Amino acid sequence: MTDNVNEGTPVKIVAITAGVSDPSTTRMLSDRIAQKVTDLLRAQGREAIVTTVDLAPMAGEIAQTLVTTYPGERVQAAIDVIAEADALIVSTPVYKAGVSGLFKSFIDILDNDLIIATPTILAATAGTSRHAMVVDEQMRGLFAYLRALPVPTSLFAAPEDWGASALTDRIARAATELVALVQADVRTAMTASSWDQYQHQFAGNAKRAARSVGDIDFSSELMRMAAGGASRPKRDASGA
Amino acid sequence: MQFGIFSIGDIARDPLTGRTPSEAERIQNIVRIAQKADEVGLDVFALGEHHNPPFVPSSPVAILSHVAALTKNIVLSTAVTLITTNDPVRIAEEYAMLQHLAKGRLDLMIGRGNTVPVYPWFGQDIRQGVPLALENYNLLHRLWREDVVDWEGSFRTPLQGFTATPRPLDDVPPFVWHGSIRTVEIAEQAAYYGNGYFANHILAPNFHFKPLVDFYRERYEFYGHGTAQQAIVGLGGQVFIAKNSQDAVTQFRPYFESYPLFGGTPLEVYMERTPLSVGSPQEVIEKTLTFQEGFGDYQRQLFNVDLGGLPIEQVLEQIELLGTEVVPVLRKELEGRRAPGVPDAPTHASLVRAKYGDAEPRQPAPRQHRGDNVIGASPYLDNDPNQAVSYPSVH
Repeated sequence: MTDNVNEGTPVKIVAITAGVSDPSTTRMLSDRIAQKVTDLLRAQGREAIVTTVDLAPMAGEIAQTLVTTYPGERVQAAIDVIAEADALIVSTPVYKAGVSGLFKSFIDILDNDLIIATPTILAATAGTSRHAMVVDEQMRGLFAYLRALPVPTSLFAAPEDWGASALTDRIARAATELVALVQADVRTAMTASSWDQYQHQFAGNAKRAARSVGDIDFSSELMRMAAGGASRPKRDASGA
Repeated sequence: MQFGIFSIGDIARDPLTGRTPSEAERIQNIVRIAQKADEVGLDVFALGEHHNPPFVPSSPVAILSHVAALTKNIVLSTAVTLITTNDPVRIAEEYAMLQHLAKGRLDLMIGRGNTVPVYPWFGQDIRQGVPLALENYNLLHRLWREDVVDWEGSFRTPLQGFTATPRPLDDVPPFVWHGSIRTVEIAEQAAYYGNGYFANHILAPNFHFKPLVDFYRERYEFYGHGTAQQAIVGLGGQVFIAKNSQDAVTQFRPYFESYPLFGGTPLEVYMERTPLSVGSPQEVIEKTLTFQEGFGDYQRQLFNVDLGGLPIEQVLEQIELLGTEVVPVLRKELEGRRAPGVPDAPTHASLVRAKYGDAEPRQPAPRQHRGDNVIGASPYLDNDPNQAVSYPSVH
């Protein structure tokens, strides 16, 4: 049994929220989840720092990043914060039976390896409970693609949920699941030795992205070819 | 330090007049641009390769060989030659021929290109883009250095006793730059061979590619070609110059705003965040000097000056201003800054000197035709007649 090396360092929780009105119910839901996660961690002796990445104020920059590939300053700052996150809370309003375009646009510009095995709570709000499956049917697949680690309980709030204690219970359940994954440091356990087996981009935004010569595996097939090697083992040229 | 221009040869509607030039007109204008660059004393003219409208240069070799006949001093290059979808045998032969016709005023920049459908058009698979680029260059490198090549790989038919003709001018291959902005393996290949590495530093935030350039420099040293500081680095850039900065912004804005490549980003934001320089000669000079501050001493700076439907008269004026007001100052300033021991970009003359010293360069002359169109292992009079061909096994 090894000690959790992170014990004593605050847990960095990043809440990405795509709510647009002020106050936004999506932001309210996100804040409630963050509060519950923080409370549970504190009860277990861990401090938490919550950083909220509010997408609405940088909607223009997000759209520009989509079409120019390169993020502007605010978007880059948001990506940097997410790269450092120990856990994520992501929340979006449901529009036209799906996650908001703003939310999806932001997720689309993230590096594929930015949040690998990062424990994540998925949450959405909607004007009607008919949209309840959006979290499981759209967000879960999206975060599976990113190899994030969504907790089992999805959170969804339609207007009637705001008056029901069941929402509070579900928030507690999702928060408990998230804290369990964070406290067990599941991400490190999953990626410590297998990080290189995921696809990465040189000098990308992921915390562990290769940035210099020391980070590169020169024994790969492609690197062998780059150093003049044949693309497959060459037979003895003498024909022997 | 070399300064030049590079063009992707796009044809675009002029947003001010609504007029779109024909292919015929653009082809002639590309030639005029190259001639003008030569006249004003720029060092390099490089042309892209594209196989789809609205781009016109599908055959940079054809255009450049014409340009070679009309120019005196300028080095001709490519930006880029598609190393993925061109057969390396064709590249070896066509560019060696061009090198002869241009009397050595030729190098080339190879790259993977950025147009997905090009791969299937030429029978290739984009999913194999990186290994294809690596293998094809490995072969090209040998075809230009070995009179007779026995070779087999994954992407084209094996070669048995093959000689790429003509042999390079003075038996010195054109210098090669590897253009890449994201692939660390390409930077590694450039470093392995001691070739140049070109980061097309436009369309991205300032210094975005520094980690890749640094990687190349460090590996260049690792492979024993010189120190990291001596590695051969080229950078792209984009300029629009007018006598005063407000005129530059006013004149360039409609062309910038109508060009989809910039994604609707405001011009001022783009100027601040990326290497694009729009302004007076002094402003362009100052911005370009920051490239050296960020990337270290480098050997080649190429500017794009003809993107997005800019009328030919204005393009020629840009080249005039570059040649008369911007580049002379940059040349002087950067020479002054350059660390001792940092070399210039290789040229045909410098490569000949490096290979032969004061001796006469080799001039291969073929043996007598044997009647079968195949000369075998010793095609040239100065080859060892006893050298055996080894044939790849059939499987």
